[in-house]
Amino acid sequence: MASTPGLPFGNGRSYGDACLNPGGVLWATRGLDHLIAFDPQTGVLMCEAGVLLRDIQALVAPLGWLLPVTPGTQMITVGGAIANDVHGKNHHVYGCFGDHVVQLNLLRTDGEEIVCGPDLRADWFAATLGGIGLTGLITQATLQLKKIPGSWLETETIAYSNPHEFFSLADGSEQAWENTVSWIDCVAGSGGRGLFMRGNFIADAGRTAPKAAAKRMPFVPPVSLVNGLTLRPFNEAYFWLNKRKTGRQVTHYQPFFYPLDNLHDWNRMYGPKGFYQYQSVVPRAVGQEAVSAMLTEIGRSGQGSFLAVLKTFGNREPLGMLSFAQPGVTLALDFPNNGAKTLGLFERLDAIVREARGRIYLAKDARMPRDLFEAGYPRLSEFMQYRDPGISSAISRRLID
Amino acid sequence: MTQKIVIVGATSSIATHCGRLWAQGKVVDLHLLGRDGDRLERLAIDLRARAAAGSTVQIAVADFLSGQTIQQTVAALAAQSKIDIALIAHGSLGDQAECQNDLAKNQHELEVNGVSPVLYAEAFAQQMSRVNHGTLCVIGSVAGDRGRRSNYVYGAAKGLVTRYVQGLQHRLAGVKGNQVKVVLIKPGPTDTPMTAQFKAKGMKLAPVEDVAAGIVAAVTAGKPVAYVPGKWWLIMMVIRHLPSIVFNKMNI
Repeated sequence: MASTPGLPFGNGRSYGDACLNPGGVLWATRGLDHLIAFDPQTGVLMCEAGVLLRDIQALVAPLGWLLPVTPGTQMITVGGAIANDVHGKNHHVYGCFGDHVVQLNLLRTDGEEIVCGPDLRADWFAATLGGIGLTGLITQATLQLKKIPGSWLETETIAYSNPHEFFSLADGSEQAWENTVSWIDCVAGSGGRGLFMRGNFIADAGRTAPKAAAKRMPFVPPVSLVNGLTLRPFNEAYFWLNKRKTGRQVTHYQPFFYPLDNLHDWNRMYGPKGFYQYQSVVPRAVGQEAVSAMLTEIGRSGQGSFLAVLKTFGNREPLGMLSFAQPGVTLALDFPNNGAKTLGLFERLDAIVREARGRIYLAKDARMPRDLFEAGYPRLSEFMQYRDPGISSAISRRLID
Repeated sequence: MTQKIVIVGATSSIATHCGRLWAQGKVVDLHLLGRDGDRLERLAIDLRARAAAGSTVQIAVADFLSGQTIQQTVAALAAQSKIDIALIAHGSLGDQAECQNDLAKNQHELEVNGVSPVLYAEAFAQQMSRVNHGTLCVIGSVAGDRGRRSNYVYGAAKGLVTRYVQGLQHRLAGVKGNQVKVVLIKPGPTDTPMTAQFKAKGMKLAPVEDVAAGIVAAVTAGKPVAYVPGKWWLIMMVIRHLPSIVFNKMNI
């Protein structure tokens, strides 16, 4: 490998600067897209790390398997899913992506190859899960897939009018529902109305997969389409359109899990200055209070987007030293980049997260201050022993080095 | 029924994705030809993992420039059972300026992209005609439609492929009851390792998955000529018909 510090680069879907290395070298991993073995009896899949989750799902779903944990897009690589230890709508049942990695191969820039897993050099495994690519290049992984009765889910959408109602819905759904998530109206202030969605896999019963008609955001508009003028009507429309759909439905897994994957280049709607995503998790004990406080700040600022998610995590600690999904409640919101105004709001949100002893998701972050990172990730010093000195990224220079 | 598919230049990005579409979830008898045994083996493992139980994937390191060896290789492949689909996908994109200065390099590019594919095409056509069965698919290029300063060495070789395939199609059309189809694919610029240099310069390239899907569909339909993505039919129609006085002023 090169002598200038480089960074593994998968499909580039991290929202922040975890996948960037300005002035440096990127090692594009998309060419590592070969499968190595798949056993349709046991659901064990071994593949190179540049394989897209989309391609795995398309191969295994007709055979009655799926990846146990996927985030809100399947357009990411296996290596990226491991390096960010991503979570999904079923965290309370299945934990994070890393909980289903049986083994992985890590190539260090000094040429050493480390094979690790939950029971094999477990320290290296824990450092690499959520290690945002800083421990070495993940070259291949063995994954345990999960058996599904079919490719469809029985889903239910329930409107709620405040965070208190959200929490009782979330807690009441933990036992009987495998997937839970909610859309929250960030304009409504601490009142925080929203739509709670839950779903369980069911048998296909003769249903055939819908033909995905992908659309594309064809150009970058000169200003963000999501702005102070459109935000309130957008959210109002989203709430009322979807409120009509409350009740039970049958939904294919793709639109249920990956609603934005059929709108290519959707990020262009935020205009040339782009957007930030702010995703935090705070412990349950202070969850309702902290979420309400954040929503009040956001409502007061008049900023935000209709892409806003509120979700509870299950009571399980992640395996990775820098993994994000700790027990508690997570709030994720997009914000069009309005410069100082947006960054000022983030500082006020940081104060709430800091006081609640929460943390910010590295996969989404592009601006958090170092002290908040250090407070949120207490295993950082342990992680540092596994850093690969030949790897550097924008986020590592901003927060770690 | 198990399809017997031969892919020449199998580790090329477009061919790899075609192979995956043909293999995924189906029972296939795949034969992969290429230059590099290790890369062929890596692809064979990938395709075995994707294909349904009962499939076979075999590899062979092949010669690309000797007419005699090509004829023997293809005859051996066709000896045990008839071939359903043959895809000829190998190629290289050498630097145009280098080819103008170094004629040995130029010769190599012309042979790899032009002479070699048409020899393979003739060899498969012989075998498929013998049993009157099969679809032969050859990957040409939009670059073969009109010579232009930025890549006429590659373009001329692909032009040879275009004319040769036309001739084969004409010949087979004259055979009574002919069941052998010849498909010529003309991909536009596609996002593959071969075009990485253009991608780095910001050129818009078609996703290789889409191009492969277009090829597989054209083979199934037995389409004589398929531009993929389809918009290149229109673009090349215009380019082909531009008067020289206009065309020669364009820096393309």
